[in-house]
Amino acid sequence: MRTRFGDRLLYLYTWLIILWLASPIAVMIMFGFNDKKSKSNTSWQGFTLKWYQQLFEIDGLTEALINSIVIAVASTILATVLGTLLGLAVGRYRFRGKGFTNFLIFAAISTPELVMGASLLSLFVSANAPRGHLTIIVAHTLFSLAFVVVTVRARVVVLDPSLEEAARDLGASTWDTFRLVTLPSIMPGVAAGAMLAFALSIDDYVVTSFVNGSTQTFPLWIIGSVKVGIPAQVNVMGTLIFALGALVAIANSVSARRRAR
Amino acid sequence: MKRSRAPYWLALPGWLWLAIFLVVPIAAMASVSLTTGNLIDGFAQTLSVSNYSDAIAKYSTQLVRSLVYGGVATLLMLILGYPVAYWIAFKGGHRKSMFLFLLLLPFFVSFVLRTISWGFLLADDGILFGTLKGWGLLPEDFHVLATTVAVIGGLVYNFLPFMILPIYVALERVDPRVIEAAYDLYASRFDAFRRVVLPLSLPGVFAGVLMTFVPASADPVNAAVLGGTGNTMIGNIIQTEYLVNSNYPTASALSFTLMAVLLVGIFIYARALGTENVMEAAAR
Amino acid sequence: MNNPLLRGLTQSRYSRRDALRVAGFSAAGLALAACGVQGQKAEAPKASEVADFWSTQQKHGKVVFANWPEYMPPEQGPLKQFQQATGISYEYKEVIQENADFFGKSEPQLRAGQPLGYDIIVMTNGLQLAKMIQLGYLVALDHKQLPNFAANAGAKYKNPSYDPNNQFTIPYQAGVTGIAYNTKYVDEKITSIQSLFDKKYEGKVGMMADAQEIANFAMFAVGVDPDTSTQAEWEKAAAKLKEQRESGVVRKYYDQSYIDAVAKGDIWLSQAWSGDVFQRQLAGEPVDFVVPAEGGTIWIDNMAIPKGAANPVDALMLMDFLYKPEVAAELTEYVQFVTPVPAVQQILAAKGDKDSKALAESPLIFPSAEDYAKLRSYKTLTAAEETVFNGIFQSITQG
Repeated sequence: MRTRFGDRLLYLYTWLIILWLASPIAVMIMFGFNDKKSKSNTSWQGFTLKWYQQLFEIDGLTEALINSIVIAVASTILATVLGTLLGLAVGRYRFRGKGFTNFLIFAAISTPELVMGASLLSLFVSANAPRGHLTIIVAHTLFSLAFVVVTVRARVVVLDPSLEEAARDLGASTWDTFRLVTLPSIMPGVAAGAMLAFALSIDDYVVTSFVNGSTQTFPLWIIGSVKVGIPAQVNVMGTLIFALGALVAIANSVSARRRAR
Repeated sequence: MKRSRAPYWLALPGWLWLAIFLVVPIAAMASVSLTTGNLIDGFAQTLSVSNYSDAIAKYSTQLVRSLVYGGVATLLMLILGYPVAYWIAFKGGHRKSMFLFLLLLPFFVSFVLRTISWGFLLADDGILFGTLKGWGLLPEDFHVLATTVAVIGGLVYNFLPFMILPIYVALERVDPRVIEAAYDLYASRFDAFRRVVLPLSLPGVFAGVLMTFVPASADPVNAAVLGGTGNTMIGNIIQTEYLVNSNYPTASALSFTLMAVLLVGIFIYARALGTENVMEAAAR
Repeated sequence: MNNPLLRGLTQSRYSRRDALRVAGFSAAGLALAACGVQGQKAEAPKASEVADFWSTQQKHGKVVFANWPEYMPPEQGPLKQFQQATGISYEYKEVIQENADFFGKSEPQLRAGQPLGYDIIVMTNGLQLAKMIQLGYLVALDHKQLPNFAANAGAKYKNPSYDPNNQFTIPYQAGVTGIAYNTKYVDEKITSIQSLFDKKYEGKVGMMADAQEIANFAMFAVGVDPDTSTQAEWEKAAAKLKEQRESGVVRKYYDQSYIDAVAKGDIWLSQAWSGDVFQRQLAGEPVDFVVPAEGGTIWIDNMAIPKGAANPVDALMLMDFLYKPEVAAELTEYVQFVTPVPAVQQILAAKGDKDSKALAESPLIFPSAEDYAKLRSYKTLTAAEETVFNGIFQSITQG
């Protein structure tokens, strides 16, 4: 395939956007190495590795990070499964209640976070449901779900349903058709939705702050610590999340290249 | 083909989730929005619609401002994000998912850290502007923080991946060879793009706009962190009314007003876009 | 124990309404909302009732402490000493991020009669703490069991206007709101609150977004004592703020991020909290702090026992333990806020090491008697006053 000048320009542009989005991360990483003399961590005072050595010395912070990861993974899985099915339904079929379903999806995206958190809390209080991991997962699944539906739907409506009909005509069961034909063709939408769901969950503050009971998450702990001073370990943990993510991305790209060969 | 039951089975789990955890709370919120009173003496159900008219009269400035900021930011995201989605979808090759992941990765780290870092990068006399001012390229009193530009810039920054990913998802289905063929067929690349690529991507664009315009207009964070005086958005007002003033009726009424206005906005947009797919996707 | 007030103080009540809610929560939840939220305005408990309540309580050997992150040394030294001294085991939870958020989350639970699961909470004096008191969500303290508080708390920390006779709260840590300025950009010595309104600092002044904080300073600027202020005086103060905003003097109404802005020079002077400035000085940044001549604000983070707490006696013992000077000193060393225990200053000064000395000598940790004389609290507001007050000042900060 010919590579046009325009393509090369777009390639550069894409990297530029990625770098722009990641630029504050560079600052965050830098201040994870700051040999700060006080509780504030915004002026550079020399290089140190001590925050890496003392990474897990703040119990509450470590626990909050673990909670956040567990909650993000669980709610991503739930939201992706529920959202994909719902996205398929509204993207592919005409059925009673479709308009209302679309309206609900819209409502889930447009409800201000604070109202969603507050009203979920009064629901849980009314039901006397103890607040903790479970209620946070429920809440995160709720708002992530809508984003997965919208993303999957964008994929489904541009697909040609005749392939699935052909599979069924050839005698494939409903499950096999779904597994072997439908799912692979909507996979980019599902994956994109899952990534959005994960990002939404791991960075959520407002909704979580209502339904968390006494369970702390990473964003909550950080915001609380602003009062006295954010410890540098927070930067280090952010750095590790970022590094881990970058490794996953690279590994994924390498394995995709192998498969492509 | 006889009427299939498949969509109901597919939708059922999601419906249940939304019914219990969204419909019930929203109905309760609707009810609260019609009460009067205060937290100490209690709120009584008086079915007072005046909560709505009062709230709109009091906060119309912030409401309109939010829609303008949200709209401008969405347009910018579309312009900035479309080329990225296009390139990844057609030229990303085996690294497609890596690129998508890299776009989202910064958002896995808490917004507090990102915000503090932006404060560092964009400080009036900081690493960027301080240097430029030192070279005489910027006037001494130039600043970005605490301005409208910063708020809209912050919205664009924070929601951009939500524009790029759905557009990518729609475009990715298109076989690159079809595009190449179109480029050969049509006189200009722009013509080919307009007649072949753009229509195919519209459902993605619709999804992207829905997922950026709506949350960006309701966002309380960027105005609070990056804005100056006179940049307060409706999301901040809802927060203040709820958390500081404990004025639950006004906060609920404002939320519903916001949702209604956004719904109308999205509907008009879907109408204007006009393709059948988009109409189907429109929230009806 | 049949007194409903006493039961209400520490136990959750299960009524038929609760049972109904549990049974069919969606429908009942809706019905509840449709009827509106019931007011819980509570009368102040009588002294005899409080005494009766405490006479029935006993030590349980455990206590749950809910606090803000980083507001206790990571090894929790003071709590460990408490455990050694009393045999009471503790759970320490860093679950409070913001007063407003914490109140917004706790209020529905307390209203429903469900315990929060904490025996001690920490909240700043202000709108939310006032509501906790007015709604009867805090347990009246038994001062007979707080001997260290009586002996060691500074005069400024007893009998505050927001909680007469410390009926429901005693201070944990405190801070002063004054003016911070960047000495790299400001070449005069700031002493007056009028500097915040000075045209020569156009676009370089930071004010706080919080209604109480900004209102207090505006009132000082127009010569009004917040404690005795009236609506007419609030409006006069608001006019001053409006002029400040419209003439472009104020750059932004800040949350705690003002301190970054001052330290970096985005703004040159700002309303500021003493603790933040102390940290910047430790970091060697060019920030100075002053309590303006016209007046400054003292704010206090208070310990309180929420209604429904399982271990009120153990909670009282821990609250009192933190008033032992050597324990309070350990807290001050880590937290570096203003302590309500003046004796800490001598203890730190006697330690002799550089860090302790810096703390003991800093007027940001131990305000001078002269500064204390200038300090006022936030205005304590009734529900009706609060609506007016917030309306006046929020229209400026959120316009």
